Amino acid sequence: MTPPAAPGAVPKIRIRGLHKSFGDKRVLDGIDLDILPGTSTVIIGGSGSGKSVLLRCILGLVEPDAGTIEIDGVDVLSMNRRQAEATREQIGMLFQNAALFDSLPVWENVAFGLLAQRGTRRIGRAQARALASEVLTQVGLDPSVGDLRPAELSGGMQKRVGLARAIASRPQILFFDEPTTGLDPIMGAVIDGLIVDCVRVLGSTAIAITHDMASATRIGDEAAMLYKGRLVWQGKAASLLDSGNPMVDQFTHGRREGPIGMELRR
Amino acid sequence: MASVLDLVARIGRGTLSGVRGAGSLTLFGLNGLSHLLRPPFYWRAFFQAFAEFAFFSLPVVALTAIFSGMVIALQSYTGFSRFNAQSAIADIVVLSVVRELGPVLAGLMVAGRVGAAMAAEIGTMRVTDQIDALGTLSTNPMKYLVAPRLLAGIVALPLLVVVADILGVLGGFIVSVIKLGFSPRGYITGTLSFVQTGDVVVGLAKAAVFGFVIALMGCYNGYHSRGGAEGVGAATTSAVVAASILTLAFDYVLTELFFAR
Repeated sequence: MTPPAAPGAVPKIRIRGLHKSFGDKRVLDGIDLDILPGTSTVIIGGSGSGKSVLLRCILGLVEPDAGTIEIDGVDVLSMNRRQAEATREQIGMLFQNAALFDSLPVWENVAFGLLAQRGTRRIGRAQARALASEVLTQVGLDPSVGDLRPAELSGGMQKRVGLARAIASRPQILFFDEPTTGLDPIMGAVIDGLIVDCVRVLGSTAIAITHDMASATRIGDEAAMLYKGRLVWQGKAASLLDSGNPMVDQFTHGRREGPIGMELRR
Repeated sequence: MASVLDLVARIGRGTLSGVRGAGSLTLFGLNGLSHLLRPPFYWRAFFQAFAEFAFFSLPVVALTAIFSGMVIALQSYTGFSRFNAQSAIADIVVLSVVRELGPVLAGLMVAGRVGAAMAAEIGTMRVTDQIDALGTLSTNPMKYLVAPRLLAGIVALPLLVVVADILGVLGGFIVSVIKLGFSPRGYITGTLSFVQTGDVVVGLAKAAVFGFVIALMGCYNGYHSRGGAEGVGAATTSAVVAASILTLAFDYVLTELFFAR
């Protein structure tokens, strides 16, 4: 399914034969996927199609049953703890509901990854605070927001803070899990714009999973569709709305009739 | 025949589930403790948990201890006066409080207060992806959330029990002197001459174990909560119930170990 990477181009992320089941439920069923450096890839698919599990497998939050995940040519599944931690430091993640730490002020949320760094990269709280203010400005928030608690922010502001936290340590890889869910269309477009800007400024490789087609076409260079744990289509994000694939067409146009049936729980 | 097999199968499943749960809890506890020995250690998280355990639990533990001491003095007088043994009241109060009631009541109060809060906080972090977010920010959740709380429980509960011991004895003193007409000097002398260092030390050791158990159950149930608000509620209930039962069970085991002759 996955078109081979262009000759000479080493994928930033290379996934082969990824399987994951929870009990009897097969969630990922042999995923093969290449993500090229500096590209933004959008993964679409219905609820329960395995998008979030795929992302969590790459992040190391879920252990796959079989398959390989390579980042920069190194299999992350066979790394020891230290190597895995070092690899994770290259990755930033914006969670669906921002997942901000309630007990910490906004600035400390943003600087959390910076404060967690050890050794020569370790920085003090004053420096972390200054960096957090800088990143908050980058996502369109006033630095004074840094003193507030996450519960005092609107949904859109929480997403921006989540984005600021994801980019604060200038990661090489960025993951976005449903970045516009729960936001009004204008705020969704604002967040998408910030994501595109951040990815461009950092030169990161990005993967976003979303149901929102407007968001998918705004964020993505490449796109892929998951259905029942399998990759059923891959192509340019710009061609999502006229892909010629019946499953993608049904999904992107929200049609009731088509090859994707509504799955009933037994 | 089928119903017998069904019963056996159920018992088997229940046993396996219990053994699996006990194994999982033990590994979780050992993993949490192992992070106390491996840097980095999150001192801010420790002090926050310590304040929650020790400082904010002080009023409820103090009130429980003082009233318990008063009740023991009163009940002992009622019983012992039948045998002309009222003079033993000071001994009974101090032994009961220092060996048993101080650690156990403080443990149960803290289990209800701090164990529940811990399970609710960590459970909410679990269902809102905050624990996963820690993992993506170069932070081991066991190190950041669990290890500091376990240490806070081990250190804070003995300190609370020192206060509970003093106030429990004070409660007995107040009732004995004001209501029952004991001489203050005689009561204090009786108390100090009867209680031994070993009684206090074992009471404090029990408290350290209870503190660990309470923190462990709060962290474990919160960490493994699933399914939104309902799951967090269930985790909180499980944490308090399990911590309370384990506190009493360990109390028996430790009493058997240290005091049984």
